[in-house]
Amino acid sequence: MGSIWEYANPVKFSQTVSRFLAPVAMGATVCLVIGLVWGFFFTPDDFRQGATVKIIYLHVPAALMAINAWFMMLVTSLIWLVRRHHVSALAAKAAAPIGVTMTVIALITGAIWGQPMWGTWWAWDPRLTSFLILFLFYLGYIALWEAIDDPDTAADLTSVLCIVGSVFAVLSRYAVNFWNQGLHQGASVMRAGAITGTDTEEKVSNVFFYPLLVCIIGFVLLFVALVLLRTRTEIHKRRTRALLARERMA
Amino acid sequence: MRALLKRDLILAFRAGGGFGLGIAFFLIVVVLVPFSVGPESGLLTKIAPGVLWLGALLACLLSLDRILALDWEDGTLDLMATAPLPLEAVVTVKALAHWMTTGVPLVVAAPLFGVLLNLPPQGFVWLVVSLALGTPALSVIGTFGAALTVGLKRGGLLLSLLILPLYVPTLIFGAELARRGAEGQAVSTPLLMLAGISFGVIALLPFASALVLRVNLR
Repeated sequence: MGSIWEYANPVKFSQTVSRFLAPVAMGATVCLVIGLVWGFFFTPDDFRQGATVKIIYLHVPAALMAINAWFMMLVTSLIWLVRRHHVSALAAKAAAPIGVTMTVIALITGAIWGQPMWGTWWAWDPRLTSFLILFLFYLGYIALWEAIDDPDTAADLTSVLCIVGSVFAVLSRYAVNFWNQGLHQGASVMRAGAITGTDTEEKVSNVFFYPLLVCIIGFVLLFVALVLLRTRTEIHKRRTRALLARERMA
Repeated sequence: MRALLKRDLILAFRAGGGFGLGIAFFLIVVVLVPFSVGPESGLLTKIAPGVLWLGALLACLLSLDRILALDWEDGTLDLMATAPLPLEAVVTVKALAHWMTTGVPLVVAAPLFGVLLNLPPQGFVWLVVSLALGTPALSVIGTFGAALTVGLKRGGLLLSLLILPLYVPTLIFGAELARRGAEGQAVSTPLLMLAGISFGVIALLPFASALVLRVNLR
């Protein structure tokens, strides 16, 4: 086992992906099936929210992954800018559509839950607004990738956009917090106090928490599997293009 | 740098430079709002700071692709990149020129448009202050967007999409400052935040703009 940078070699990366993709995908399937079935059929209805509470098993993991996907793109973008590993740039490219899908899932499930609970599909609440802004960032990022022909230029520009965008995303988060006090509840799934037992505020009950945890693990694995698969596809696409170009030259 | 600034200003003021475009757009927004929401003065007073900020932002957005596109097309930008002046300075001057041709007229015209929208008397000072502080940030962020999309055939729409989320914090704090000023509330928090954003982007973003411009000129 050498340095982690060995996997920056596309061939090595593809081989590793081939080895790990099936187990990770299996793990994601198992976790999602267990977590969702457990969550939907074997947990009690909430005494105030009724059955609507069960959308939490999609909403929370999707929202979590929407942010984590952007974070992953930020890290891979930095790696691309510093070390110029193509796999890193392609991984960022591969993650963006998954991230935007997660954002949309979080927004839609939130709206479906919000309609009966808050009495509205949409409110300009800080969290909702932040997610809408995140959605716009994803759209801009993907559009920029699509708009530029030269792959290296596209990787450079999108990387810088990702980094600058991250700064502005954090800034927007605080700005909208300041701008409007929200309806959305605070972080109630995992809190430092909840683990040490010093937390006296309300928190998601364990009955709901364990299936939720399984769902979150499932979403993480699903994200990893999709990113690996899509990155490998991008590598193959790149290689196909190179081979075609070479053939045309010959 | 001074020569470059002078050149950009002259180009903007001369025919076809699009100098009046932003201000005309601003006027259109402000005049059309009462027609669309009704002439009720209480309502107009309430929404005036927000509408004025939105109008200024859109007017700014309208002229962004002119910052670099024309110089890109005729190759001037390549010459600037090879000139002894660092590219960071070039984009800063370009942003400054954009601000002087778009931002400053907006700041000057805003009180006049405030009268049209029935802005309360105590709001004028803070409206002007908020725009004077906020529009430089809009120009600098816009220059970054223009540098990102300069090599594209039809970058205008993409530019708007990229810039839209980047403008959110500036718009929130700027409009909040103008609103609080108009309603006579304490203004220090949004004032400091807006100033922080503005000076922060002026200090840092030109480096990112120059970086992407170098990539595009490669």
